[in-house]
Order: sequence, then structure tokens, then C-alpha cells
Amino acid sequence: MNTFARLLSGAAIGLAVSMTSFAAVAETPANMLVIAHRIDDITTIDPAESFEFAGSDISRNVYGRLVSLDPNDLAAGYKPDLATSWEVSEDGKTITFTMREGVTFHSGNPVTAEDAAFSLQRAVILNKTPAFILTQFGFTAENATETIRAEGGKLMITTDKRYATSFVLNCLTATIGAIVDKETVMANEVDGDMGNEWLKTNSAGSGPYKLDSWKPNESVTLSSNPDYYGGAPAMERVIVRHVIESASQRLLLERGDVDIARNLNPEDIAGASQAEGVKIEDELKGRLMYIALNQKHPELSKPEVRQAFKYLIDYEGMRDSFLKGQYTIHQNFLPATYLGASEENPFSYNIEKAKELLAAAGVEDLEIEIGVREAQERIEIGQSFQNAAAQAGIKVNITVGTAKQILARYRARELDVYLGAWGPDYPDPQTNAGTFAYNPDNSDAANATGLLAWRNSWDTGGLTEKVDAAVVENDRDMRIQMYQDIQAEFRETSPFVIMFQQIEQSALRDNVIDWSTGQAVTSAAYWQVTK
Amino acid sequence: MALTEGSGKGRERASLPPWIKTTALTIGSIAMTMLGLLFVTFIIGRVMPIDPVLAIVGERASQSTYDAVFLELGLDKPLVVQFGYYIWDVLHLDFGTSLLNARPVSEDIARVFPATLELATLGIVIGIVIGVPLGVIAAARKGSWIDQVARVLALVGYSMPIFWLGLMGLLIFYGILGWVGGPGRVGIFYVDVVPSVTGMILVDAALDGNWDVFKNAFSHIILPASLLGYFSLAYISRMTRSFMLEQLSAEYITTARVKGMSEWDVIWKHAFKNIRVQLITVIALSYANLLEGSVLTEIIFSWPGIGSYITTALLSADMNAVLGGTVVVGLIFILLNILSDLLYKVFDPRAK
Repeated sequence: MNTFARLLSGAAIGLAVSMTSFAAVAETPANMLVIAHRIDDITTIDPAESFEFAGSDISRNVYGRLVSLDPNDLAAGYKPDLATSWEVSEDGKTITFTMREGVTFHSGNPVTAEDAAFSLQRAVILNKTPAFILTQFGFTAENATETIRAEGGKLMITTDKRYATSFVLNCLTATIGAIVDKETVMANEVDGDMGNEWLKTNSAGSGPYKLDSWKPNESVTLSSNPDYYGGAPAMERVIVRHVIESASQRLLLERGDVDIARNLNPEDIAGASQAEGVKIEDELKGRLMYIALNQKHPELSKPEVRQAFKYLIDYEGMRDSFLKGQYTIHQNFLPATYLGASEENPFSYNIEKAKELLAAAGVEDLEIEIGVREAQERIEIGQSFQNAAAQAGIKVNITVGTAKQILARYRARELDVYLGAWGPDYPDPQTNAGTFAYNPDNSDAANATGLLAWRNSWDTGGLTEKVDAAVVENDRDMRIQMYQDIQAEFRETSPFVIMFQQIEQSALRDNVIDWSTGQAVTSAAYWQVTK
Repeated sequence: MALTEGSGKGRERASLPPWIKTTALTIGSIAMTMLGLLFVTFIIGRVMPIDPVLAIVGERASQSTYDAVFLELGLDKPLVVQFGYYIWDVLHLDFGTSLLNARPVSEDIARVFPATLELATLGIVIGIVIGVPLGVIAAARKGSWIDQVARVLALVGYSMPIFWLGLMGLLIFYGILGWVGGPGRVGIFYVDVVPSVTGMILVDAALDGNWDVFKNAFSHIILPASLLGYFSLAYISRMTRSFMLEQLSAEYITTARVKGMSEWDVIWKHAFKNIRVQLITVIALSYANLLEGSVLTEIIFSWPGIGSYITTALLSADMNAVLGGTVVVGLIFILLNILSDLLYKVFDPRAK
């Protein structure tokens, strides 16, 4: 037996020695950016189809657009990108873009108005999930080649009616507005798919980065485009590594094996903030957490009851406990940083006030069901609300289910109350105004499941018309005022209890400068980052 | 008599060589097992509360987009027809395209399975090399300190959450001591440095003769492999001990000792020889479990293996990927069973 004991000891020592000899790697090179991030939501990187966060990050860095947002000055709104200027026709329906000269795609092909027209037509014709961002202007597969066309080296788009120019241009900064290399894409067309299958896993852009590889659930590797018209990026290589576990991301960051960790939980953020050489940066994102009351419910449709619910939320208590660092209080449908966003948050946790309002409405012994998707933070918000409501004499039964179960009932107008989240689709106030405060036909037959107001059977009163008016207003200041007025009325009358806006906390090595996740309006940008 | 006289074909069948009958039975058994596996997978995929169309198009897609994808997936067809397509595809080794990442599932599996194979193989080697001797020693020295140590090791292995142990391992050996590489299969400097031949980085690096990559990949795999190896050795050592105790209490062992045979020979030439068949089953089962993929280990160590691949696919209703992954895992179990049967015949003359 001694022989085996010796063998065991030898094996253990050998193992330890072998591990000791393979020490960990040094920190990342000065011209390389390494990011730990969850990228398992990427389903495609075709900009006509991509609608997920991590996929949008790739698109933003690989493709140019007619107009885009400057990561160092997001508040300024859209700026010229592949289009240097634009003119609006007298009837306000046609916008003519002048293309930037001398810009080439990664393939070496020149970027032309023809490519721009093809890219937008393609997105409309393919009609993938994000196509509604363009088709809301009246573009259809049938009319796309007439309404979106290249003429005399310029791109012209003609909408079905007059819209605010800022609305149209804001939509063109979205992922679906990416300009693809027509020649390269069509060379890879199969069965008339306009290169969709090929572009799902390849790129054909002109942006500051080229896609080297995307390994699903493993990594995305980008290399800089030395011919980028805005100048070659300082980070010559960007590697996004798929790391699910927060603690693993933190270890990689603290060991210097990654420069940025994007998915740390509050505990790891707190821990990493104490680590040497690490800093934390917060950015407001677009996701809103809200509770909605179904107006088919006879009690919930009373104005006093709608108001009472807005006092039954322990806003500060939740923000300072289980949502700490992840959400901030926000009670308006436009996320902060959006054009027209309001900073007014008039409601506070006030059980007595809620009781008064319920009494004024003559509501007693109310029992309601609230549907919540199986996500920890949502369940905890639901439990906090349940507790507060009980103090005001309302019995709340929480139904937790999968996305399919809860969403199906919500979209069918079957839930009394829904607790969930909503994120904007494009960087224009219409994206949220057009769903929270817009409902032209409240009948069941309308089946407007995409509109949150419809899902809650809420006839918005005059707000629908006001939203219609705001979306065609060309005076920027006037448009801002219109959205603020809509939100003021919405706060008082709507059945939506908007509670929180998401904060994204990134943990960075302290030598990383100018990092931007794109705030609420866009995606992460890498080309301005330096170390 | 009448049956014998009138059944010439029966005599013909009886005269077939036994290996043909055995092979036919094995193939039939494999086919039935695979069919059952596919049936269960298909049913689970259809009753799980995830809408595969919503998973692809998102909740904000227009009804026309939703309908187009619904038809594209063949979900308008009756279940029986869908199952028929399912079987047909498998028979043609066509797992289709992943609904979520638009790549052929076979390509995905060819990428993730070698990662699991590499990790599991190193894990089971650690489990066998340490677990088997530990179990034998614990049985031979029953009640001694080494038996107690083996018992505690096994107890910890059974009861300790792998998630916690993995994170602690990372914290100590990677975070604090810096002895091993961090999460991921290889450091960023070595990504895509060696050509992928087998998909197993250690093997590919060795084939390429790039020992820097080999060392770096080894520093990344050793911790998760040791973790899996530890959980395997906990099971293997306890089972080895149990098998050995049974043998050591047998009369032939007493006889051998009375005849003056050395303790080494008693244990290794007699007792151990007789537990080999049982051990093969234990090891094959452990190996199959590791090859199935340890989801939690893969998550902690950012290891892109088949366990997390199937789990992600299931949660995303990516049925093509689930189908492909399930078939591979099913085949692993079947192949390991066949291998076990063959090894029985090598080690146990009665099985021949």
C-alpha cells in the first residue's frame, strides 16, 4: 500500500507543479479591447433582421448609416454619417440625402446612393422583425423601389405623409438603417433571399470595425478598419468574450484579462469597485419597469383607483435595496436621455393617500391578479407591491409564469394587472409615445397587440391625437414641449404605473477612456475608446 | 415434432452464426432506443411552454412576420407529420439550421462537442487515476486514516455544490494564486492560433507542435477538469471500495492469504481482477455523464460545451439544436454501453 500512497503523493505534487509552471496571462495589450459580456442573445447579425442588444452592438461598430449618433455627444442627437447633408421637399414627404464621397466598404467597393437605397429597400422587402421601424413611414415591399430610390448620385426617400424630419432621421440611426455593400451581399444571394442567410453570419459594412468572427456563445472578434473615413480606431482589435457568470467576469477583470465587464450583479459591482485599478461607470438605459391596470376591470378603470396604485409603490425602498445600482426612479414613458423626456416624478409611497383615493372611488375588498414573468427582480417588485396593496385593503394574487404564458394573457387583455418591462425600439420619442399613449381603436376586434394602451383596454382620451400631432411637428422645441405635455397628462390619467428606468453599470480597468454603452438611445461603441 | 419437421426455415435460422444474431439484436436495440429518444425529445419540445416563433421574431414582430415564420417552421402541420419530418431528417443526418443563430446544427455540434470531449476525458482520467487506487486502498485498509480520508472526500464530492466549488477554485487558483488560466478555453493571445483539426485545443496544439498554445490551453482546462475529476473520483472511489470489500470478505481471498500469498498479490491479482467488470460499468456511466456536459461547470468556466449548448437551445425553443444535441448525447450512451459490453467479454470469460 505504501507504493500507492507514494504514487498518490507524486501525482498530487506533479499536478501542483504543472499548474504552477503555467502562470496566468498578463494584462491586455494597449491596442486591444477585451470585453466580458453575455452575447447569447445574438441570433443574427444581418442589420435588416438583428433586434437584440449584443447584435446591435456589433452592427453599430461594423456598419455606417446615413445619420448616426456620436458616442461622445449622444445628447446632440443624429449627425451626418454616410450622408453629409439632406433636404426636405416642400410637402415634407421627400428627403434627399447627399452621400459622403470617397468612403469605401470593407470590401473596397465605394459607398454609393445605390447601396443606401438597396439597404433600406432590402430591409422593407425582407420584412423581418425590426422592419416596422421603416414600414411605419408607408414603405411596403410593393412600393419600396419607388419610395426609396437613388437618383443622380443622391438617395431620395418619400414617406406616405409628412412626418417630423427628426422622427424619420432618428429611425434611420437604428440598426435597420445600416448601409450594406450591395455588390457583396447580392453575390451571396441564395433563392432570392437578398443575401439574408449569408449576412446572418457575415458582414458587409463600411464602419470603423470589420467582423473577423462570431462564434455563437463563445466570442465576437472585430478588427479595425484602417480606411474608416473618421480615422482608424485606437483599439485595433476588439474581442467580446461570452462570460455568463458575474463572478467569473469580475475575476477576469480584476486579474486584468479583460478591460470591461458588462454583466456584474450588484454584489460584484460593490466588490469590484473596491479593487485596485478598476472603476465603475453608470449609464441610463431605455428599459422601463411598469405596472399596468386592465381597464376592462370595473374597479381598476376608476380614475381614483388608477391614481391610488401610483401611491402603492415603495419607489425608494426598492431602488435602495434589491434594485440598488440597477434601476433609478422614473415615472414617465420616455426614458431619461430621450428627446422630450420629463424629469417629473410626482408620486411617492403613501399608503394613506392611496386609502383616501380608494375610499373616494368606493372600492372595498378588492382582489386582483397580477401577472409576472419569472424574473427575480420582477417577482420581488411584485411582492413589494403585494405587501403595500394589502395595507390599503387590496388583495393581490401573484401569478408567475413563463414569457409565453404571461405575455399571451397580457396580449389577449386577460390579466387584471401586468408587471413587466418595456424598452424603446429606436431613438425617437414616438417609439414609446406610439405604444403607451396611442390607441386609435380600443375594440377587441382591432387586435392591436403591439400597442400597450390597447393591451390594457385603455381609451387614451385625446392623447392619441396629440401623439399624432407630435410626430409630424418639425419645430424641435415645440416637439419637445408636446411630448412633455403628453407625459404630464399621461401621468395623471393613464392606467400605467411607471416605476423605474434601468441603469447599466460597467466595470472597467481604470485605463479605459471614453467607454459608451449608448445610453437609452443606441448601442455600445468601440471606435472612440482609448487606453 | 410436427413443428420441427415442418419448420425448415426455423432450422435455417437456428443455424445462423451467433454473431449475426447478436449484431442484429444490438442494431435493433439501438434503433428502438434512438426512436424512443427522438419521440420523447419531440414531445417535450412540443409541450414545453415556450413559443419557438416568438423566440425567433420577438414579441414586437408584426402578425405577418409571425405567420411567415410559423409556416417556415412547419408548425401548421399535424404533429404526426412534424414527427415524420423529424425522423426523416435524422435518418439523413440532417439536423437542420439552428433557429437562433442561423448556422447548421451539425457545425455547432462539431464546435461544442470536442470542447466537452476534451474536458470530460481529462476529467475521467483524473477520476480513474486517483479514484480507483483510493477506493482499493480504502477497502484494504478499512477503518484506517486513509479510509476516513476517502470517505470524507467522497462525502464532500457528493454534497458540495459544483457551482460553489468551481467559483472557489477559480478564486483561489486563478484569482489569488494565478496558477491557472481563467474562464475560457485559451487566453486571448492564443485564440485561433492553431488550426482546428479535431476541435480539441490540446490535441490541435500538439498536432501543430505549438507548445505555447498547449501550455496555455492546459492551464485553462486543468481546473475545470480537476473539478469534474473530483466529482467522478468521489463516486468511483466509493464504488471501488464497496466492490473490493465484497471481494475481500470472500472465501477465496482467505484461502489465498492462508496459502501465504503477499497482500499485494491478494489485492491486485485476485480481488481487483474480479471487480473489473463492475468498475467498467461505473466508469462508463461516469464518463457518459461528463460527456453529456456539465452545465454549471461550463457556465462558471465559460466553456462552450454541449451541456450549455443544449440547455440554451432548450430554453430558447431552438428545437433543431435540441434534436442534434440529444441525438449526440443518446449516441454517446449507446456507444459507451456497447463498449462496456465488449470490455465485459475481454475481462470476464463467462460473458464470452
